[in-house]
Amino acid sequence: MPFYELANPHRFLQLARVLIPALAVLALALIGLGLGLGFRAPPDYQQGEMVRVMYIHVPSAWIALFAYTLMAVASLGTLVWRHPLADVAAKAAAPIGAAFCLLCLVTGALWGRPMWGAYWVWDPRLTSVLVLFLLYLGVIAVWGAIDDPGRAGKAAAILTLVGFINVPIVKFSVDWWSSLHQGASVFRLDGPTIHPSLLTPLLISAAGFAALFFALQLAAMRNEILRRRLRTLGILAAATAEAG
Amino acid sequence: MDLGPHAAFIVAAYAAAAIIVGALVLWVAADYRALARAIAELEARGAKRRSDR
Repeated sequence: MPFYELANPHRFLQLARVLIPALAVLALALIGLGLGLGFRAPPDYQQGEMVRVMYIHVPSAWIALFAYTLMAVASLGTLVWRHPLADVAAKAAAPIGAAFCLLCLVTGALWGRPMWGAYWVWDPRLTSVLVLFLLYLGVIAVWGAIDDPGRAGKAAAILTLVGFINVPIVKFSVDWWSSLHQGASVFRLDGPTIHPSLLTPLLISAAGFAALFFALQLAAMRNEILRRRLRTLGILAAATAEAG
Repeated sequence: MDLGPHAAFIVAAYAAAAIIVGALVLWVAADYRALARAIAELEARGAKRRSDR
């Protein structure tokens, strides 16, 4: 199926019907395998058993950043190409990204307390992730504040693109400023610095989180298409009742 | 399995993950059911989009 055919909501719904359950099963299998291997891996030489939190904290952080990047690309699709599914994709991704961002903040706090002695510090990495979470809430608020989906989509797209400046700040905050948070240890030019016994479960768990995200994203996009169909039907029903 | 002296933090992190992801999945599923029901009710009352006629 050519990519442009996905612009047709009917075709998208047909594809989503097949992909959502397949991705959900894949997510369950990969997350189960990743966490299973993660709990069998040896404890970290410095952090001991607390390293187990990594298998949910790091994938949550990656998904939170990826979801916002997806929203930014979709926002370009709304403002520049006016793709019919672009603002549907952007709106659907916002609450999902916010949930993974919240999970990243909560698990980070629970990891930080025994390792750093504090649930929270105003560190560049932690603060920029908090800003990312607030941006998610802002985009969700814009969608909720404007009734017309077209106008709401444009306003949310502008806010999303302005806020995208925060994504590289999150990523490089540990390099640009002195940070309590550890530096990048997986995506590095000189390769990962994590031992394979810990890295393999992390990557499998992250693949599972990615499959879960795409399953939820497709399901939320399907919901948004149905919400717009319901809105149209409601307007037509009201017009018919008024004419009759 | 012995999770060491900080077991409560590890358990709390996984509980938070289960609650947040579980709530997200339930919300998306409940939203779908409510929308499908509302569309079915409107269509049963004769409402149709031009493209459906």
